[in-house]
Amino acid sequence: MRFEVGSALSIGAILFTVIIVAAMLIWVERRLLGLWQERLGPNRVGPFGLLQVVADMIKIFAKEDWVPPFADRFSFLLAPPIIMVVILMSFSVIPFAPGVGVIDSDIGVLFVLAMASLGAYSVMLGGLSSNNKYALLGSLRAAAQMVSYEVFMGISLLGVVALAGTFNLREIVLSQADGWYILPQCVGFVIFLIAGVAESHRLPFDIPEAEQEIVAGYHTEYSGMKFGMFFVGEYLGVVLVSSLIVVLFFGGWLGPAFLPPIVCFVLKASVFVAFFVLLRAAIPRPRYDQLMNYGWLFLLPLSLLNLLLTGAFVLWQEGM
Amino acid sequence: MLRLLKDTLVSQVVTLWKVFLHAFDKTDTVEYPDVKPQMFSRWRGRIILSRDPDGEERCVACNLCAVACPVDCIALQKAEDEEGRWYPEFFRINFSRCIMCGFCEEACPTHAIQLTPDFEMAEYVRQDMVWEKEDLLINGTGKYHDYNFYRIAGKKIGGKDKGEARNEAVPVNVRSLLP
Amino acid sequence: MAKISVDGIKYEVNAANNLLQECLSQGLDLPYFCWHPCMGSVGACRQCAVKQYRNAEDTTGTLVMACMTPVTDGGLYSIQDSQAVDFRSHVIESLMISHPHDCPVCEEGGECHLQDMTQMSGHNYRRYDFQKVTHRNQDLGPFINHEMNRCIACYRCVRFYGDYAGGTDLVALASHHHVYFGRHEEGTLESEFSGNLVEVCPTGVFTDKTFSAHYSRKWDLQTAPSICTGCGAGCNTTPGERYGSLRRVVNRYHHDLNGYFLCDRGRFGYDANNSAERVKEALFVQAQINGNAEVPARKPLSATEAARQFNAMAGGDVIGIGSPRASLESNIALQQRVGAENFYPGINDDELASAREVLALMREPGLHCPDIRSLEQSDCVLVVNEDLTNTAARMALALRQATRNAATTMAAAARIPAWQDAAVRELAQHERSPLIILSPQGTRLDDVASDTFLGSVARQVQLLEAIAHCLDPEYSVSSRDPSLTSRAKAIAQALSAARRPCIVSGISAQSTALVRASGNLARALQKARKGDADAPVGLCFAMPEANTLGLVLLAESTGNTLSGALQRLAQKRADAAVVLENDLFRRAATAEVAQALAGHTPLIVIDHLHNAFNARARLLLPAASPSESNGTWVNYEGRAQSAYRVFAPAEPVRAAYEWLTPADPVLLPSISSEEILAQFADAHSAFAVLKDLLPHRLGLSAVMKSPRQLPRYSGRTAMQANSHVHEYRQTQDPQSPLSFSMEGVPLQKDASLLSAAWAPGWNSNQAISKFQDEINGELRQGCKGVHLLQSGQAQASYAPIVLPSEGDLAPYFIEHLFGSEEISAKAVAIQARTVGPYACIGEALAQTLGVAQHGRILLKAGERQVQLPVLIRQRIAPGSIGIYCAGELDRYSLAGGVTVEAVPEAPDLLLRSREMFRHLVISDSWQGRDES
Repeated sequence: MRFEVGSALSIGAILFTVIIVAAMLIWVERRLLGLWQERLGPNRVGPFGLLQVVADMIKIFAKEDWVPPFADRFSFLLAPPIIMVVILMSFSVIPFAPGVGVIDSDIGVLFVLAMASLGAYSVMLGGLSSNNKYALLGSLRAAAQMVSYEVFMGISLLGVVALAGTFNLREIVLSQADGWYILPQCVGFVIFLIAGVAESHRLPFDIPEAEQEIVAGYHTEYSGMKFGMFFVGEYLGVVLVSSLIVVLFFGGWLGPAFLPPIVCFVLKASVFVAFFVLLRAAIPRPRYDQLMNYGWLFLLPLSLLNLLLTGAFVLWQEGM
Repeated sequence: MLRLLKDTLVSQVVTLWKVFLHAFDKTDTVEYPDVKPQMFSRWRGRIILSRDPDGEERCVACNLCAVACPVDCIALQKAEDEEGRWYPEFFRINFSRCIMCGFCEEACPTHAIQLTPDFEMAEYVRQDMVWEKEDLLINGTGKYHDYNFYRIAGKKIGGKDKGEARNEAVPVNVRSLLP
Repeated sequence: MAKISVDGIKYEVNAANNLLQECLSQGLDLPYFCWHPCMGSVGACRQCAVKQYRNAEDTTGTLVMACMTPVTDGGLYSIQDSQAVDFRSHVIESLMISHPHDCPVCEEGGECHLQDMTQMSGHNYRRYDFQKVTHRNQDLGPFINHEMNRCIACYRCVRFYGDYAGGTDLVALASHHHVYFGRHEEGTLESEFSGNLVEVCPTGVFTDKTFSAHYSRKWDLQTAPSICTGCGAGCNTTPGERYGSLRRVVNRYHHDLNGYFLCDRGRFGYDANNSAERVKEALFVQAQINGNAEVPARKPLSATEAARQFNAMAGGDVIGIGSPRASLESNIALQQRVGAENFYPGINDDELASAREVLALMREPGLHCPDIRSLEQSDCVLVVNEDLTNTAARMALALRQATRNAATTMAAAARIPAWQDAAVRELAQHERSPLIILSPQGTRLDDVASDTFLGSVARQVQLLEAIAHCLDPEYSVSSRDPSLTSRAKAIAQALSAARRPCIVSGISAQSTALVRASGNLARALQKARKGDADAPVGLCFAMPEANTLGLVLLAESTGNTLSGALQRLAQKRADAAVVLENDLFRRAATAEVAQALAGHTPLIVIDHLHNAFNARARLLLPAASPSESNGTWVNYEGRAQSAYRVFAPAEPVRAAYEWLTPADPVLLPSISSEEILAQFADAHSAFAVLKDLLPHRLGLSAVMKSPRQLPRYSGRTAMQANSHVHEYRQTQDPQSPLSFSMEGVPLQKDASLLSAAWAPGWNSNQAISKFQDEINGELRQGCKGVHLLQSGQAQASYAPIVLPSEGDLAPYFIEHLFGSEEISAKAVAIQARTVGPYACIGEALAQTLGVAQHGRILLKAGERQVQLPVLIRQRIAPGSIGIYCAGELDRYSLAGGVTVEAVPEAPDLLLRSREMFRHLVISDSWQGRDES
């Protein structure tokens, strides 16, 4: 069996790696938070506390698989797999390295955006079916937040698409051979980064699950492996957004010749994963109205302006 | 506009940077129980009952610790020996309720009840956290070495008659006509 | 009404009072020591200094003692003035210079007026560094602890003990800073009211010795409003519980009844509750095989088993015998269980007959039954036969105050305000309002009596009739004795001259003739006063037990008597008998009871103390004591008052009504006392007023309970932790307006369920002033009880009297405050003051018999013979012999008449008798003004 785009081996390896990485992120995040907060973080289970994840897994699998009697059973059970599935699906279009990927799609960017939109259903269903006021509040917040930020997430990407002239992510990477899009699209990058944090509802934009206000938001009633799916889904989201940033703005696997492309990609992505953790360690959560105002009144005009300028530049370049 | 940028974007970036720099600071965590922490003598840990310099129980069962206790975890009963000395018949602290606030020590007029630096009090059975007087009483004066309540109070006890406490005159002879 | 201004705020006050009293009435905080609401002012402690200004321009002002300053209309005063504040803080500092720094080991600590006032005056650090004056203490007997070092010389103790209560053996000794409050030598305090020293003393000089033996701070006591069951006066008390045992009883203010004071029986008798003789198990007599023989043995049952057994036994035709020392609810429950026709009042027939006479008299419109406060205000009192100091001591204390009304009148004439205590006493000297005592022997009130008549019951009846005849010539006397005429005239004159005359008697002699004669006299007096409706003649009868009147009222509908029940038992005309909290050996002649028991009807007794009678029960159920159960008690006036359980007893002990009510002991819960009362009041119109006692009528408590525990109650999570570390659920009592916790309506807002008085800054019992609408006034929102007796039809005619026949030697029965009452006699401290049975004879008889003081005589009554030690008294009616039964002798077999023989002396017995009589307090030293 050859290791090429779309091969079973490739698919299997990617699926396995992505899930393992997402799981390990639990440990990575806690250690990094400890580092930045002058603590130690989990260091008791295994060397450097590496087996903490295993311990957590054992705990989460061993928990009773319980559905609250007042919840809507079908949608309650349906919600957690959705988020897992849509995010894993998004990974299928990510070009990790030459020859490493699931499909080479011409509508890669659109596919990712589409999948991100579907993720909102998971959160919505989870919150509504729980039949719990905190869960409902959380899911309402999540829906509003995800729908809003999707708008300019998409618009911010259009600059890159315009420059590359394609929706195919693999081609976008290749088109950055002469220079990464971070330079011409730095505004787009910042907007995408912010929107990405909001999409994966990570701190500081974890308003849907703000534990100081609404217990645990949309997953208040979840426990055991169903909660685990939400939990791992969140870390998968982190990996996905980091990968997308690398692919769209930092030249994907492109790098110095002495490094294998996949290593280059992983290194770049790791930086952004760490950055996500740093955000959590440093920035406090905004108020809900601040979040919405910020999105609609600041980021949206800014992303439109960015698109306008990029479009003008592309037209001007073509005209020359 | 610039001000808005500074307030929103720049300050966030500065924050991120400053937090990032914490990566190079020393961690504050003490790895208990591998490393035993150095406790201060005024640490509010396990409660003891002390004895006065004469070796007698200091506690006079006045109930002030019990009433000061915000979680009501002290119960005791006063008893009195033949010569008038008050002492607790039983003295019980429910450590599973105790919040180590130290109010009892502050309320104690005889320095009998004191909090010590010992904090390792976990038990597997909650009932074992109920301590009686036999468990609480130590053979020493604790943190306060010289105080002896009965040497100051005017009540007569065995070994100290009326007029023998600090600053006391000999008892009045009621039948005397002298001024 | 006068308008005054204190610190710029205007108040409307009563001009008849002093400034201190009015400031306190207005809720102002002003420290004081020597002043007492009931004892007036003497201005000794200098603590209540305030500024008085001449007029609005006067900014300097004068320091005056508020307690010695009459309130003047338009007066300007300042409590907050810096000079007054400074003065008060210096006064308290000098009062405290010898205070011994022993609050932690002082029983008063935490409810100490001195602590409160020191805080209030702002003295918190000792500057005086010279030597403290110290004193040696005295042993003042089983009730009172003495710690003289703590004294601040306010003189309240001797003013109460001597001036108010008439005690002679507590005085101020020595002088200047050596002043000493004690007895001339160590020994038991003689006064029957010595316990009040504990509450009167502002600090810990006099403390409760019985309380100290199982001490607990005031804030740790679980308390509830209760009624004293020591006698029929119905004094309000606050018993306190800690760790499942009753710790003490203190006074609970009641405007009409006990006011601020209790007698020592009420205060120290509580310890019977903790007695070793308490019935703590349900005991059932079962045949047990011992070897080959079947021997009946008492076997303890669990609560459920006992309830089942009770239900199995108490089916069919069951006799119920009620009790005057059980609550109204328990008696009602028993009556409803067995049916009215099977319910018998458990008191002697003669007593019942007397009590029924009393009921009739009390319903008569022209007469009124004075409460204790009205007794205090009476200006002429005639006491008939009853030794009130020993049967209803609080009433005796009131009569002692009544004799001071002459002094008050004189003072008013001389324009001295009544609160100027020392001045009023100085003015009056020995001038007293008339108090006339008819009694077979000298009483403890003789020292203030204007006239005492020593005579047997028959002689007293004769005298009463003679007086009545003097007042109303139409009154026909059944037997005239000319020797009594001059006496009768004098008494009649005193009575008719009085504005508020009172006749006080009782039923302890169990003589209907006496009751009728007293009633006839009251009618004659009322007629002679031409039916003055404004001030009807007071007539009241002390009741021997807390619920005598309640029981008699309950059994009124049927003519049932105890002897009827005993006959039925003897003739086996019942399937079973349920005896409620009663020792029938005390109620009827031993032979009669023995005959009834010989009928072998299954006997069920519900009681809380073991006694000779319930030892014979087939099934003995443990009852809760009065402080462990809710109850309504009907006092001598017919006033029903509620007592709430202070704490729930440990299973299987249950309140009697809880044993009696459930139809199915396992499946159905027992009916609460409130429901019993409500249902009964609904069904019987005569008792409809009882519903006013029920909690839902009491405002806020309908939705929120009142706490039984003070806010500082401590140790909740540790007190039972030795047995179980998880806290037990608090006792549930859904019907009750009181909760078994600290939560509930803040007490300072509602005095209707006031148990322990407490107000911010006022931890001592003096906090009661914060709950009164004015000093000495009624409690705000307080429930005073309801009167069960309504005036009925006018019965103008005199009742016919049959003079009791008396032999050569008429026996009368002596009562003692300590020992006569069945329950309190089981208290350890009370037992130290009790004596065994004895006989009391006059000197003439002693000489005839040749008996020396404390020697022995042989008493013969029919078949019965008993040897008794003798007390020879100077003051005893000729031809009478007093017998003290001490709960051991059967008075009913001796009542018919006795003969006496001398017994040769035995030195060891003599010694024992002497020892026994050592603590007996009688007042023979008071020579009567003339002997009969």
